[in-house]
Amino acid sequence: MNMQKVIRVSSRRQEKGKLIVPLLKGLVYTLKNLFSKKVTILYPEHRRAVSKRWRGLHRLKTDENGELKCVACGLCAVICPPEAIRMTPYEEDGGTRYPLEFFIDEIRCIYCGFCQEACPKDAIELTGVYDYVDYTRADLQFDIEKLKRPEDFIFKGK
Amino acid sequence: MSETKTMTINMGPHHPATHGVLRLVLELEGETIVNATPHIGQLHRGIEKLAENMNYQQVIPLTDRLDYTAASLNNLGYCMTVEKLMGIDVPKRARYIRVIMSELARIMGHHLWLGSHALDIGAMTVVFYAFKDREKIMNINEELSGYRLTPSFLRIGGVAKDVTPDFIRSVREFIEVFPEALEGYHRLLTDNIIWRKRTMNIGTLSADEAMSWGFTGPSLRGSGVAYDVRKAFPYSSYDDFDFEIPVGDNGDVYDRYLVRMEEFKQSLKIIRQAVENLPEGPVNVDNPLVTNPAIEDVTEDISALIRRFKIQCEGPTAPAEEVYHAVEGSKGELGFYLVGDGTAQPYRLKIRSPCFLLTSALPRLIRGHMLSDVIAIIGSLDIVLGEIDR
Repeated sequence: MNMQKVIRVSSRRQEKGKLIVPLLKGLVYTLKNLFSKKVTILYPEHRRAVSKRWRGLHRLKTDENGELKCVACGLCAVICPPEAIRMTPYEEDGGTRYPLEFFIDEIRCIYCGFCQEACPKDAIELTGVYDYVDYTRADLQFDIEKLKRPEDFIFKGK
Repeated sequence: MSETKTMTINMGPHHPATHGVLRLVLELEGETIVNATPHIGQLHRGIEKLAENMNYQQVIPLTDRLDYTAASLNNLGYCMTVEKLMGIDVPKRARYIRVIMSELARIMGHHLWLGSHALDIGAMTVVFYAFKDREKIMNINEELSGYRLTPSFLRIGGVAKDVTPDFIRSVREFIEVFPEALEGYHRLLTDNIIWRKRTMNIGTLSADEAMSWGFTGPSLRGSGVAYDVRKAFPYSSYDDFDFEIPVGDNGDVYDRYLVRMEEFKQSLKIIRQAVENLPEGPVNVDNPLVTNPAIEDVTEDISALIRRFKIQCEGPTAPAEEVYHAVEGSKGELGFYLVGDGTAQPYRLKIRSPCFLLTSALPRLIRGHMLSDVIAIIGSLDIVLGEIDR
């Protein structure tokens, strides 16, 4: 075992220290902080900007014609650790594949981002939307229509 | 002489000072504790069992939920165990990013400990300052991984993405401002007479006894044993960095406090070195069986597409061997014991939680103390029930 690099912290320990002075020092520190800049914000009127990599509500991306990029290969559903994704694939005669149904259970999801890492068509992404609310569990089973427009679910206050 | 009767009371599971859902049955004689029995298991989510039905990479987000105060450290422990099992060598840049992430996580975990420990004892101010500074690390986590508390940023064979210039800038900024904040905590607590009276010579444990209880981490070092996994069994390039092990002498609540306060500084020292010497290169191992091919390759190249399907559907397989790997968590030696069976799923995952062993010594530490000291002792051990119950 490597023992040479050791700091003895007990040098800071004072069995019989002063009574009042350290208390006053602490009070001075809090007083100084009283006049520092506020760190809190008034949500939801004011919001902080989230990072570009934020893992929030999912979006199913569409191409320039408004068609889903998704080909319903099912990789996201397979890798999803909490098994929150389910879909029904459909294949047309010409070989075009798309999902008939696509559901993400936004309550079950743990937002690990594995689905966007797995997707071979870059068709699903996690957006910066983090505060979506609803009244029932069924409403938080997002289907294709809801997943196309996650920005509509940003909480805007009462 | 009249016969004295003891009184049994229940502390927890929903007591704010039990750091989760720990239930303590205390036997009191007056205000002195004669016996204490911890009851655990109320945060059991079956993570070890869940892992047996998932492939190796799917377990990573689960490990975040062990010690959720310092999530990246759990990621590191798990990923390194899997890499040891599969025989993967991670590139240096990824190792450095991992070190930055895990030391930031350690500071984050210690912030939560400091805030709640002080709050439990009655110093209300510290918790606000600690959480204010913890917020900065959460923002750094967010910048890098997209999530604040549970980044799930590490992957088998590397990390999920490369760092951004913003990340490096915010880490540098944090290194600049944090020592001042740390000095502020010292000014509020270290010499404070109330703090000293409440913590000195409370919950004392000698070095021998601490070792025989299986203590690790800051709680062991507070008793005077210089054991740190990062120094004893260096992993993830920790031997590149220059840092010291803080060690106490008395093994009481106050020494454990001082050790953790010094660890803030040492972690900061490691982060500074890692950021300044961050090597260039890839952040993922170049192994076609493990690394997820980039999206550009997948659209161009059919073999990359097949590889991605193979890795995501089945996952990398591990040989039928068993390994143990430990990292220095924010609470102590966090070990993962992994048994592979030749498939892509672990046969068994056992997590050696440092907090479990710390909790086992609670009756010994509490006995003979006053009721109000119980809270100080629990706080000084820094237990997290998410890790004990798993």
